[in-house]
Parts: sequence; structure tokens; C-alpha cells
Amino acid sequence: MARRNAPEINAGSMADIAFLLLIFFLVTTTMDVDTGLTRKLPPPIDVPPEDVPEVKQRNVFVVLANANDDLLVEGEPTLVSDLRRKAKDFIIGDANNENMPEFTNKNIPALGGMYPVSKQIISLQNDRGTSYDLYIKVQNELVGAYNDVRNEFAMRKFGKSYKELEELAKTSEGAEQQLDAVKDVYPQRISEAEPKNIGDQ
Amino acid sequence: MSKFKKKKSDGQPAISTASLPDIVFMLLFFFMVTTVMREVTLKVEIQTPKATEVDKLERKSLVSYIYIGEPIKSLQGTFGTEPRIQLNDAFATKRDIIQFVEIERENTDEAERPLMTFSMKVDDDVKMGIVTDVKQELRKANALKINYSTGKTDKIVD
Repeated sequence: MARRNAPEINAGSMADIAFLLLIFFLVTTTMDVDTGLTRKLPPPIDVPPEDVPEVKQRNVFVVLANANDDLLVEGEPTLVSDLRRKAKDFIIGDANNENMPEFTNKNIPALGGMYPVSKQIISLQNDRGTSYDLYIKVQNELVGAYNDVRNEFAMRKFGKSYKELEELAKTSEGAEQQLDAVKDVYPQRISEAEPKNIGDQ
Repeated sequence: MSKFKKKKSDGQPAISTASLPDIVFMLLFFFMVTTVMREVTLKVEIQTPKATEVDKLERKSLVSYIYIGEPIKSLQGTFGTEPRIQLNDAFATKRDIIQFVEIERENTDEAERPLMTFSMKVDDDVKMGIVTDVKQELRKANALKINYSTGKTDKIVD
């Protein structure tokens, strides 16, 4: 018996089915990319070390945030919008100023030998009653100050922005050395003190 | 003769829709690939703060989330309005965090454990007290790479 051709399936409703699925995925899809401030916590300390290396007052930039969301920067009440400028001035430093951080010479090959590096440390202390909103703002401004300083330095020395260097460092070894040099000259040192509980929660 | 009468051309011919399914399928695949289903039901209300210096969180499989905020309206009758910690699908206390970290570590490939990030999604009205407690617990559990989840904005206002 001659084989009869199977009748063709009507594909007219295919579009409808596909549309239905499409609409389902359109509705459920979320395009948001997770963003945030990445930080590193200090490792846990079981026994407090006996001889804590002393840090001179002039090398520390003290930022205090209290339960009323007020900021005290180096003893002066400050607005969040002024924090970045103050932090930048401190990070860049001034070798001739008694109140600014000290410098030590460090060997950085990408910059051709010894280079003066500031001993700056930023100390951040907040109260248990400080709002998370303010805390993030302060963190953001401090990280931003470091990024700005590094950016300016990278522009001046290597003619590239810090972001560009970070991108290039993934592929090129020369750029990686330059990136490390920028990080060595302006290391990000944000120290968070153990929280205090003063004032109302 | 009238047998081969010319058909009257009635306006423009209809556009062929035969390729419509192909187009729709293409879109469908795009959305199927990019879609991410929400894994947890949030039991706390979270409005993350905004920041300018944000990094993108890459490798989602290596990121674990800790949620902190007020319980949602429908749960406030039972749980009150004090900010609470949510891990996976349930409320937790700070003492559960070390265990949570351990379980997350177990579920991750050994080679990639050092790259694990703990992302804290915290409501901006929460006080630092509970956040600090969580951070101290994370330190104890040796989960030192953390991320404060924030939206991106162009300018910080006072």
C-alpha cells in the first residue's frame, strides 16, 4: 500500500503559544543588577595583642557618628557633603604640615624607586544608634575620597584614570604594575572601631 | 475569455505573518535566558540606601544574602516592628549567622570558598546596632568579604 503523506500540522497557533510564554517571562523577569559597597572585615581577634603598635595622632583622621546622625570629623562638626573634601586633603597630605600625616619612603618599581607614601589611616566610629543610611553615606564618601585621589594620581602619572587601569590590568602586565603602584601610594585604610553604645538606641 | 478572468486587485496584499513566530521565539529565548526568579520571599521591608561609589556584584552563585529590616505589614502583628534579620526564608537571630555561613560554605565548591561574598541588604531606617552585631558574627565565622547592598545614584544629599 502506498504510504500516505501525513497531514501537516497547522502551525498557525504557534505564534499564540509563543506569545503567551513571552508575556509570562516578560512579567517575571527582573533586570536589576545587584550593586553595593564592597568592604573587607578585619579578621576576628580572640586575645587582644599585648603590644599594639602606636599610631600617632597626626596620622589618624577621626570620623565619629553619633546616635543623632551628627558627624564629628577631626573634632569639628561636619556635613556629609564636606566629608569627601576633608578626607581627600588628608589622604593627599602635606609633608611640610605638622598636623598632617607623616611620610615614609617606599620602594615602588613602577614609579622608579623610592617614593614618599603617607602613613594616613581613616578611623570611623559609629554609635549603635546611628542610622544605617548615614553610615552608608559616610562609607561612600570615604571610599569616594580614596577613589578620587587615586584617580587624580593615575591621571597625572600614567595618563589613565583609575577605572581604565583596573580594566587594563586584567590583560596587561604593565597596567597591573601601574595599578599596584597607585594602590601602594594611596592604600585604602579605613579602620572601624568597635562600636560604642552611648545615647539612646 | 471569462475562464481566465483576471482577479481584481483589491488593495495591497496582506503582509505575510509567517515569520512572526520566529521573531516572538527569539524574544522569548532572550527573556528566558535573562530572567532570574526570586528565590526568597522577603519577610522584611527593605529600601536600600543609595551610594555613588558602587561596585557590581559579579558571580551571583557566590553571593549569599542577609536581610535586615522591619517585618512586613502582614507580619507585624506577630513579630512587631523591631528590625529583624532574615536568612533564606525565615527570621533568624544573630546567633544563627555562624551556622548560616557554614551551610553556605558547605554548598559552595571548595576552590571558590575564598571568593564568597555576603551581601547585606539593609533598610536605610535601621539603626547600626543590629548591623554591627551581624558584622561581628560574620567576623567570628570568618566571612570577611562583605557587601553593603546599595542602589546607584549620582549625588549624595545631606
